[in-house]
Amino acid sequence: MSLLVSPLKLRELGILGMNNRNIGFIGRYNQRKNYGLADNKLKTKSAAIARGIPVPELIGTVDYQFQIRSLSELLQDREAFVIKPSQGSGGKGILVIVGRDGDKFIKSSGVLIDEREVRRHSSNILAGLHSLGGRNDSAMIEALIDFDPILKDYSYEGVPDIRVIVFRGVPVMAMMRCATHSSDGKANLHQGAVGVGIDIGTGKSICAVQHNRIVSQHPDTHINFDTLTIPHWQQLLELASGCAGMAGLDYLGVDIVLDRLRGPMLLELNARPGLAIQVANQAGLEHRLLIAAKIATDSSLAEGSSFAEGSALADGSSFADGSDNASQKIALARRYFTTQAT
Amino acid sequence: MINSRIQIGLISGLLIALGVGLTLYKAVNLNLPLLPGEYREVWTVESKTSFTPTDGPVNVALRLPTSLAGWTILDEHFVSSGFGFSIIEEPATVSTARWTRQSLGHPTTLYYKMQVYRARADRQLPPLEPGVPVKPLLEADQQAAMDRVVQRIQQQSSDRESFTLLLLQQLLRESQDQDILFLLNSYNDDSLAMILHSLASAGIPAHELRGIELEDGRRRQTLSSLIEVHSGEKWIIANPTTARLGLPDNFFIWQRGDGAILNLSGGRNSSLEFALVSNSLPAKAVLGMEQRAEEFALLDFSIYTLPVEQQGIFKGLLLIPVAALVVVIMRLLVGVKTSGTFMPILIALAFIQTTLLVGLIIFLGLIGSGLWIRSYLSRLNLLLVARVATVIIVVILLMAALAVASYKLGLDQILTVTFFPTVIVAWTIERMSILWEEEGGHEVLIQGSGSLLVAVLAYLAMSNNLVEHLTFNFPELSLSLLGVILLLGKYTGYRLSELYRFRDLANKE
Repeated sequence: MSLLVSPLKLRELGILGMNNRNIGFIGRYNQRKNYGLADNKLKTKSAAIARGIPVPELIGTVDYQFQIRSLSELLQDREAFVIKPSQGSGGKGILVIVGRDGDKFIKSSGVLIDEREVRRHSSNILAGLHSLGGRNDSAMIEALIDFDPILKDYSYEGVPDIRVIVFRGVPVMAMMRCATHSSDGKANLHQGAVGVGIDIGTGKSICAVQHNRIVSQHPDTHINFDTLTIPHWQQLLELASGCAGMAGLDYLGVDIVLDRLRGPMLLELNARPGLAIQVANQAGLEHRLLIAAKIATDSSLAEGSSFAEGSALADGSSFADGSDNASQKIALARRYFTTQAT
Repeated sequence: MINSRIQIGLISGLLIALGVGLTLYKAVNLNLPLLPGEYREVWTVESKTSFTPTDGPVNVALRLPTSLAGWTILDEHFVSSGFGFSIIEEPATVSTARWTRQSLGHPTTLYYKMQVYRARADRQLPPLEPGVPVKPLLEADQQAAMDRVVQRIQQQSSDRESFTLLLLQQLLRESQDQDILFLLNSYNDDSLAMILHSLASAGIPAHELRGIELEDGRRRQTLSSLIEVHSGEKWIIANPTTARLGLPDNFFIWQRGDGAILNLSGGRNSSLEFALVSNSLPAKAVLGMEQRAEEFALLDFSIYTLPVEQQGIFKGLLLIPVAALVVVIMRLLVGVKTSGTFMPILIALAFIQTTLLVGLIIFLGLIGSGLWIRSYLSRLNLLLVARVATVIIVVILLMAALAVASYKLGLDQILTVTFFPTVIVAWTIERMSILWEEEGGHEVLIQGSGSLLVAVLAYLAMSNNLVEHLTFNFPELSLSLLGVILLLGKYTGYRLSELYRFRDLANKE
């Protein structure tokens, strides 16, 4: 096994590189002025509520240093909650409290911390420690998600989330991110979380990777990933697709969690989604993005042009009217972006 | 997209062509060689005569140096805005520059710039008949002390050379005898005058050699003095500050013999300072400059026309585009992770001042101990801004401690620690410790070593002889670099690191 692959091979597989992502997609399709909504979780949340997109409940926000003193009153009847910077990036600065033990709080890892620690964390968030460019920030406190028990064994000490790459409203690629002991309960691939590629067509797992290497089972719970099927898959894709219009970003990462009772909920948006999803899916993004662009522009579909992957569009319904645009996009995405028989 | 691609292509093509074209023009027409061949160190010496005028006409006379002791003056240049200016050639090979003006209202600085280089390795001074020393006129008690000192040294010495050396050593010694202390005191600590008087009292012909100690990058160098003593057969030179014989290599003689260098009437608070820059120029170019000293200023419309101080600054600044290119290549083509986009350049600039190995050791030491202290600070629960400020102060204290400790230990190199940009070091410590808390030591190691790797490569590029030669003599090449960087900004291909990152994808198929 060689250490490097040839760039020709990568091109053939349609792997999207960092430079091409920055220039060809983020720089080209995402307008700077629309970043604000995706970069600020509070704005994302209120926009989502306005559109009727389900989100985790907001307990409160802390905007100023003096409010930290009254933090305990805000949290007094809450057993479990999450404190995060509203403009944080890459899952930084997220403190997950799963319960209480007397005066102390229990972190997702089981470690007990006292209230001083919680205050210090909030103060760091306000000072911009975890935020893009180190700007002053505000802390938001959310209710802890009661996640779907089907997914329970796939994540260790943390909530698993599902990242969907949406290009021009078309879901292109998806991945479930499972926290591990080495990722400290965080669903962040950089920190050692496991990424499980999910087939857009079926919602079933394709391949799991940790630290960019293929794994077959979860390192802590030892559950096999190949049996994984995400519930509420169609609903989840609809939610992801619906976020594209809300964010005004053509190339977008949508992070979704599955609540036990309420189903898929929008966690956050990402204007600069990473590239590790390609490894977890064992597929390149570039070809899919080209197809998605064609799906998004109905006219080319009406002409019945053939795509690189599959050509079973002959029986495709008419896309002339845009009334049911979103569901058509999803239907086509599920057809083209699958490697598994439904 | 297509449009911006074409624009970038056109602009960078134009910039690259412009830079290369100008370089070729200079190489062909001015005979500046593109490759560094045999080098001559050419010093640009700029004298600054500053004074505050009083009422009435102003008359400034500056004795000009001549080519002596192997040094050759290539090019002279006077700045005399608003002044009448003339050069008075005197028969005894001494010229004087004279600036005159009827009246003047504000403090003024007059400039005289020249370029000198060492044409011959020998340091022979032209023959000079020794005069008969004139005994100084002294007070009775001074005379008595002087006589005792001279007599004692004469007893201990065998000839004029050893007399001179012994005298100089006596003066440098920490525990001086009463007579010398008294004499120094009566001369107001002007040891040079005392030495000359002592030599005259002993009947030894001697005079002062005034000149400049050439040190690259000095902006406010002042005149220093050597002593020339006739040993009976030949002149020998002694340095009163070191009590060593011989003419130092870096000493440029301005004036041989006594007399004032600067004469000012109609002004006060006059000072004479020198700014110095050394350039390594190809021997061929130096010869060319010598031959056409008059047209040189016209032909060389580049950095050389700037005042020397600014030349020195630009010499460093012009290297930064090279370092920027290194950063762009390493980040966009190779995919090295660095902490902060251009922090590696600043570290590399510090390395240039400290030399690589010492710089690396100091840098790692500072960051290491800073991280350790920062980990304690994180437990104190401080606000971010206060914490960064604390780290800055701690870094400065660390630098001071390192400098003092190394000086006491005799490790002069570590004194260069002050070249490290404090705020950058402090910010690096802050970012690294946050990274440590958030992503673990692994990520700190990756980003830290990435930054250092890029910094070292940038340093190697900047300290390269050829690069230094090209950037300073052909500054228009920076335009070409700009063009290349613009082109790289449109590179959408894979990074080297991605060929590794996605290796599993391709190998599986």
